[in-house]
Amino acid sequence: MSEPLLSVRDLSVSFDTRKGVVEAVRGVSFDLGREKLGIVGESGSGKSQTGRALLRLTPPPGRVSAKTMTFDGIDLLGAPDRQLRDLRGGRISMVMQDPKYSLNPVMTVGRQIREAYRAHTKVSKSGAKTKSLEMLEAVRIRDPERVYRAYPHEVSGGMGQRIMIAMMLITDPDLLIADEPTSALDVTVQLQVLAILDDLVSQRGMGLIFISHDLNLVASFCDRILVMYGGQVMEELVAAELHNAQHPYTRGLLECLPQVDSRDKDLPVLTRDPGWLL
Amino acid sequence: MIDIQNLNVVFGSGADRVHAVKNVSCRIAGGESFGLVGESGSGKSTVLRALCGLATGWDGEVTIDGEALEAGARRSDAFYKTVQMVFQDPYGSLHPRHTVNRILSEPIAIQGLDNPGSRIDEALQQVGLGEGFRFRFPHQLSGGQRQRVAIARALILKPKILLLDEPTSALDVSVQAEVLNLLMRLREELSLTFVLVSHDLAVVSHICDRIAVMRNGEVVEEVTADDLARGQPADRYTRQLLLASKGYDRAAIDQFEDFG
Repeated sequence: MSEPLLSVRDLSVSFDTRKGVVEAVRGVSFDLGREKLGIVGESGSGKSQTGRALLRLTPPPGRVSAKTMTFDGIDLLGAPDRQLRDLRGGRISMVMQDPKYSLNPVMTVGRQIREAYRAHTKVSKSGAKTKSLEMLEAVRIRDPERVYRAYPHEVSGGMGQRIMIAMMLITDPDLLIADEPTSALDVTVQLQVLAILDDLVSQRGMGLIFISHDLNLVASFCDRILVMYGGQVMEELVAAELHNAQHPYTRGLLECLPQVDSRDKDLPVLTRDPGWLL
Repeated sequence: MIDIQNLNVVFGSGADRVHAVKNVSCRIAGGESFGLVGESGSGKSTVLRALCGLATGWDGEVTIDGEALEAGARRSDAFYKTVQMVFQDPYGSLHPRHTVNRILSEPIAIQGLDNPGSRIDEALQQVGLGEGFRFRFPHQLSGGQRQRVAIARALILKPKILLLDEPTSALDVSVQAEVLNLLMRLREELSLTFVLVSHDLAVVSHICDRIAVMRNGEVVEEVTADDLARGQPADRYTRQLLLASKGYDRAAIDQFEDFG
């Protein structure tokens, strides 16, 4: 890989609260090419804030700082709002956890997808419709015409998340940030949605940042993994090498999972070492 | 201890009629731990809610600890001394403006038991929370600590049966391990009977000896956790669930069937 698509050095996100400054992300650095990168951690590890900071979506009063945060040569921290608006949903898209909250409940599915497309592309209304229907088909929705006319409450959770993926990929972005995109779904549906995402990402040669709490899922889905704890990266791993993880936190997370095929009585409990956080 | 024959639960009527549980039968012996596993909408939680009286429109024969239950009828105080439930969301199941002390006093007051103070101390100790937690509010506790309080509230009446509805789904995996260990320890120490509902095959097979797999309101298969560990469930749907629980495998996903 020559020039990375995304390069992040020393990213920090902090929030001023009444009880003092909370540092949600502390000095995170990574590079991303056209590959699948997983960010794993427990709640409060800063994984979601890392994803949001990339698109400057950190909610106030959060403050973001970084030595560098560049996407294809564009300085994401310093770019004017206008340029960033073009990037968001255009060259960088984001899929959130729950389709129930990310889709507009009073707008048909078709209109929302079309809107996303027309915000970034000069195209006629009918052209946008054709493209939207194609996209719904690409995420393997059997009856795209019906879903196009449907309202979000008329579709299931798995279908809703496929619609989100269709909406986010219609502009043909270079980078997709997926924050727990399938955590609200049943396990078989989750895997089917991931398979669609996987196929589209590899066909289009995109970069993917996949944020999840599920270590095993990320390891089987992604190429590389960042393990986060307390706002810091504990360990960076090649996904296939997860089982050779060195860091006690990664090991602890792996071992405390119950397994179908080994029914030991007690699960090892994770002991946290304050020394992990420098 | 628990005998369920032909349990049916129907919600609504006419066009909105949902047959949530269809002819479910099972027998659970005292001290056993029985699991119900399935995807959302499979009716697993509804079975539990019918058992504890939260879902009223059911029919079938249900006997718990020798007492035959009637649908829609108010359960006796004695029933709730025998059967207690722990819910999924520790953020939603504790009153936000009651202290731990008050939360734990309520079942004691309802049952008219003596010595509330020492009972509360004992229950907190059983779930591994110290004296210091007694006068805290739920927002001062972590998710795992809240779930411990919910378990303490269930245990304070010294029940024989604990109904557990996704007790660890809202928790981080490291906290889940602690709560699962706690549940295993309590079951042994207090000889409890467990009925555990979960969507997570690994969690169910860790806690339970026997597991009923549900789909669309029906039990498709009853397997022992040992058979599941050997990877040989008889039913195709169970095999698919088992495969899916192992993580992402692009090739396997194309073989998935839609069981509708």
